[in-house]
Amino acid sequence: MAMGHGESNIEALLEIQNLHAGIGDTQILKGINLSIAPGEIHAIMGRNGSGKTTAANIIMGHPDFEVEEGDVLLSGENLLELEPWERAREGVFLSFQYPQAVPGLQVGNFLRKSVASIRGEEAAKGADFRGELNAAMDTLDIPRNFLSRYVNDGFSGGEKKRFEILQLLLLKPKLAILDETDSGLDIDGIKTVAAGINAAVRGTDSAALIITHYSRILEHVQPDKIHVLIGGQIVATGGPELAMQLEERGYEWLDSKAEAEGIA
Amino acid sequence: MPVNQVAEEAVGDYKAGWHDPENSSIRFDFGLSEQVVREISAIKEEPQWMTDIRVKAFHHFMERPMPTWGSTELLNSIKFDEICYFLRSGEGTEDDWDDVPEAIRDTFDKLGIPEAEQKWLSGVTAQYESEAVYHSIREDLEKQGVIFLDMDSGLREHEDIVKKYFCSIIPYQDNKFSALNTAVWSGGSFIYVPKGVHVEMPVQAYFRINAKNMGQFERTLIIADEGSSIHYVEGCTAPTYSTDSLHSAVVELIAMPGAYIRYTTIQNWSNNVYNLVTKRGIAHENATVEWVDGNIGSKLTMKYPAVILKGEGSHAEVISVAYAGEGMHQDAGAKVHHLASNTTSKILSKSITKDGGRGSYRGLVSVSRKAENCKVNVVCDALILDEQSQSDTYPTMEIKNSSCRCEHEASVSKVSDDQLFYLMSRGHSENEALAMIVNGFFEPFVRELPMEYAVELNQLMALEMEGSIG
Repeated sequence: MAMGHGESNIEALLEIQNLHAGIGDTQILKGINLSIAPGEIHAIMGRNGSGKTTAANIIMGHPDFEVEEGDVLLSGENLLELEPWERAREGVFLSFQYPQAVPGLQVGNFLRKSVASIRGEEAAKGADFRGELNAAMDTLDIPRNFLSRYVNDGFSGGEKKRFEILQLLLLKPKLAILDETDSGLDIDGIKTVAAGINAAVRGTDSAALIITHYSRILEHVQPDKIHVLIGGQIVATGGPELAMQLEERGYEWLDSKAEAEGIA
Repeated sequence: MPVNQVAEEAVGDYKAGWHDPENSSIRFDFGLSEQVVREISAIKEEPQWMTDIRVKAFHHFMERPMPTWGSTELLNSIKFDEICYFLRSGEGTEDDWDDVPEAIRDTFDKLGIPEAEQKWLSGVTAQYESEAVYHSIREDLEKQGVIFLDMDSGLREHEDIVKKYFCSIIPYQDNKFSALNTAVWSGGSFIYVPKGVHVEMPVQAYFRINAKNMGQFERTLIIADEGSSIHYVEGCTAPTYSTDSLHSAVVELIAMPGAYIRYTTIQNWSNNVYNLVTKRGIAHENATVEWVDGNIGSKLTMKYPAVILKGEGSHAEVISVAYAGEGMHQDAGAKVHHLASNTTSKILSKSITKDGGRGSYRGLVSVSRKAENCKVNVVCDALILDEQSQSDTYPTMEIKNSSCRCEHEASVSKVSDDQLFYLMSRGHSENEALAMIVNGFFEPFVRELPMEYAVELNQLMALEMEGSIG
């Protein structure tokens, strides 16, 4: 079950408390509570329009969204007061559903600058950085000439997703949010991306929050907890078995539950 | 331009905006008359034919009306009577930096010129106000017969070549400002590359206006003989004054059969400078003329580097960027005339406007009736950074031969919040993110520059983006 209002867990890496947020006059999130411990992988599942991407954008600090109520804490620190780049430097990472193209900005150059900005100048220098970069690219089956291309410019859907995971591996965040990173990928792509996520989180103190429609990626990542988002609220939380239930029964059985609780 | 050695006394955000005390040995009174023109010629002890052409050009300038296009408002506000048309600062042109007057040497030190010369240039000329104060060329090139002089010395030492080509590509009657330049020209570069000689490293000219209300009218003539090649780079800066200066140059390029000339400009004038320049090259059989033109500063720039493709198989390229910030109007573009068959041209124009700046692309491509199988490619991209800024495009195509393959693309874009957010989520502040987008936009231009300039231009644009988002 989701945690009640006002409760706080100092062990948590990410703590979302009673989050109400939206865009303009439209309220999208209607009281979200979520707590992720270091080393854990959680998943949020839900249909289009349930508020999944909004949650991701708010944790990262997209300026279009407004928080009306509630808190988002990273290791106890209030993220909502920080600018997006400050959150990134604190260790928040978002793998975008629709990564933006920046024509003229070379991938290699961009990666170096991002690593320097988030992990410090030293981390982005010399043979160590190049070794790390090569290893990460090998994990994701990314060819070397990728580095001289322009950021997301003319990338296929699969290349965009791999590039997001490449950044995840190099930026080494404390909290990785993956917004529909599996959508549009074939089964090999999903396996590759899943391997990247596992490499970034398993056996570390980092955590991940995977946002998805489908259970396929979860077979390869094995989340510790799954939350189902309907109408801006978490209506169910469970273990991997919840994903299988959704796979078999769809979301309808939870709709009636949500209606009964006066949400949807 | 090299502004990498940023001056300590930078004025505002414009890092080359300081000025030195003015120590002139000859300074003309403000204003222009036939007398002034004759005196400039007399001081330089010029041959009669040059004096004559100056005087004719002066009368043409006086009679010729101001252009009725471009920024007519700004053009008509130029006060020709309040400009100094000739100012001599040094005692002559030195070939050793140590002999250049200390104050002037300091200026070029701050701008990083002597250092650049040692590292990566084949030759350097540095012009301060009206005349070159320093010039050098690598010995090996001199031995191969390469001539690289300031224009005044060029006229003295190689009168026959100058007489043959001066005004041959850009007659003084071409436009009001080519007439003005021809009347009062001083300084500029004279280059001759003999047949088959390849000048591997770029040669550079640096133009600095220091005095208030100064007019700088350099005149450049480059002749690349058959099968030779040269890359010429010029940089320009001026102090920030509240009154205006006028920079009106004329540049003529002659690429003989099979020759290659690339002419790179990084203009970073302060925003009190009118920059009204006529640049044109001619390409004979299988020759190439390339203009790489960066316009970052000035109050008003009107400049359309042109290539006449006269010989069969010749090629033209004009790659330009313009940045117009507060109080700036960049009216720039390109012209290519395909007069012969199998000629090709490529125009890439990129402009960024911000803080109420205005950028205009004005281009003309013509293909004559007899020119078969020509290829034309024109791409204009504009990036507008805020609601106050403006971008216009005036492309003209006059294609009179149906075998021509002509491509034209134009785009206008704005920086989106989602693009900024994406970059910010990777640890980059809003200004850094904007600079990444802007530098990416200019990248197709920047990669054409020598590395030193590329680095510097990126830094300059990052500086321009500072504080641009609240």
